[in-house]
Parts: sequence; structure tokens; C-alpha cells
Amino acid sequence: MRVITGIFVILAHLVAGNLLSWLIGGFMPGSVIGMVLLYITLRTGIVKEHWIRVVAVFLTDNMTMFFMPAFIGIMDLWGIISMNFWAWIAVLVLSTIVVMISSGYVHDIVERLLQKKSSQGGRSCRS
Amino acid sequence: MMNVPFMLALTIGAYLMGVYARRKTGMALLHPFIISIPVVIAVLEMADIPCVYYQDSTAFIDFLLGPSVVSLALLLYDHRETIRKNLAGILSSITIGSVVGVVSVWVLCRVFGLDDIFMYSLEPKSVTTPIAMDVAESAGGNPSLTAVSVIFCGFIGAVIGPFILRIIRLKSPVARGIAMGTSAHGLGTARAIEMGAVEGAASGLAIALMGLMTAIVVPLFNLLLAL
Repeated sequence: MRVITGIFVILAHLVAGNLLSWLIGGFMPGSVIGMVLLYITLRTGIVKEHWIRVVAVFLTDNMTMFFMPAFIGIMDLWGIISMNFWAWIAVLVLSTIVVMISSGYVHDIVERLLQKKSSQGGRSCRS
Repeated sequence: MMNVPFMLALTIGAYLMGVYARRKTGMALLHPFIISIPVVIAVLEMADIPCVYYQDSTAFIDFLLGPSVVSLALLLYDHRETIRKNLAGILSSITIGSVVGVVSVWVLCRVFGLDDIFMYSLEPKSVTTPIAMDVAESAGGNPSLTAVSVIFCGFIGAVIGPFILRIIRLKSPVARGIAMGTSAHGLGTARAIEMGAVEGAASGLAIALMGLMTAIVVPLFNLLLAL
């Protein structure tokens, strides 16, 4: 019962997400919209967490396996990848480093700014 | 030429071998695909089965990607306290991270002379694979090229991540987790969990939020390019 309920609730959110995605002309994938919708229904209490936990945990824990079929597509793509191999690697390595540094730094800076503010506020509160 | 039970068993069996190897060796970086993908390819090559037949037969597994993306909402829900406490920092870092990710791919593809198909497939490369594939497909990229690139990125981030974090002297555990999760999704998170519980949680929620933000940034950026 719990499994079938979970499957239904998650599918219902995916369907709603796909519908919204279609309405906005495919601007965002339906799966991502479905994720936002499920977060909203969970937070508002429309969906109870225990309805979906078993299925959701199964799906997220085994996600890696689900993209094996797509990954095997590398067999047909190997030609175009190997032709551009080093450029491809360079783009991936450099972009990954840049993303890591920028997001980490930004969070660090914002956190420190807020801490300064809140510690000042805290002091005046206590005094 | 479709053989659903055989292809499903082959896929799941090969995947289990990969997971088992990682568990036995205890190496977080031994991604299950390092073993499972060569196993599947070897079987297909030996039996002379074209890739398309394999993909047709395993369409059911592929279908589960959508529901698993939706399920990431539970992960966000479980970490709602961490999100609430660090809301400003998380939102700004994820936004900057996804913009930097998309723009850097565009610039670098120009610099290294890669075709548009690479650009559209790589734009969402810092995002967890199922979301990245969906985003790339809507953008006009090749989902398979995206899947391979995303996993490769995960490796790069997980291997050099701790080293980079040391160089830039990032101290805050949440910031370290965010940096790992935004750049290297699941593999980065596996590494972040080894650093600590807070790092792991921050990295985990960064996966879902980075996916959401990139799904917004990529189409906007492509719209801008088309102007």
C-alpha cells in the first residue's frame, strides 16, 4: 500500500510538472517543475512525508542506475568525442574548477557578512 | 529485436557488480559505472547488438529518471532547517554557481573551438545527471553526451575538490559542501560526506537546488544568445 501510494503521488507530481512545462512552452523540464511542486505540497502538508518516503528514497538512492541506458549511448558518440577529446576535457575541468571556487567563495562571503550583522545585533539585544 | 528481461537483468546485474566493488574496496571514487559500463558494452559488442536496441529494451529504466528527479524534493524537505538557516548564502552561491557554470561552458567552448552540440550538451554539466539530460534535451543538446560529461565532471570535482578547497582556504563547512555539490553533484557529495556531516548535507541539497537554478539559467542564457 505504501509503495503504491508513493508511486502514485510522485507520478502525479511528474504529470503536473509535465503539464506546466508544456504550458510554458518547454522552458523548464517537467521533472524539475515536479520536484518544486512536490517540495511545495510537502511543506504545506498536502502531501505527508511518510506517503512517499519509501519510494522516493528508493528512487534517489538508485538514481545512478537509471541513467545507464543513456550512458551506453557513448558507444555511438565515441567518434565525435574522440575527435574533440582534449578540448572536451579542458572545458569540463576548467568549468568545474571555476564553478567550485565561485560558489564556495560567494557562500563564504555572504555567510561572513550575515554573521557580522547578526553578532552586532545580538550584542545590542543582550545589553 | 527487443529483449526486455535480458537487457534489464544485464543492466541491473552490471550495476550491482559496480556497487559491490565499491563497497568491498570502500573507495568513494570507484563509481559503479567504472565496472558496469564496460561490462554492458562488452556484452553488447560480443553479441553484436546495436546500442539503439539496448536503449529500446531498457526504456523502462530510463523512464525512472523523471520520478527520481521529482523525489529529490524529499531531500530538500529533509534539509529544510539547513536551508532556512543559510538561506541567503545558499541562494546567492547557487545562483552564481549556475550562471558561472553556463557562461564558462559557453566561453570555453568558443576558446577551444567546440561545436554547438557540445555547448548545448555541456551547459548543464554541473548538475545531477537526470536533470542535466532533461535540460540539455530541451536546449537542443545530446542527452548521452551530457550524461557522459556530467559524470566526468563529478569525477574531476570529487578528485581535485578537496585540494582546491585547501588552496582557496574555504573554512565554513556549509560553503565547502556547497562548493562540492554545485560543481560535482553526487560524486562531489560522496566526497563532502567524508569531510563531515554538515558538508555532506549542504552538498546534498546543493544538488537539487543547483538543478533547479540551472534549469532556469540555461534556457534564459540560450534565449539571450539567440538575440
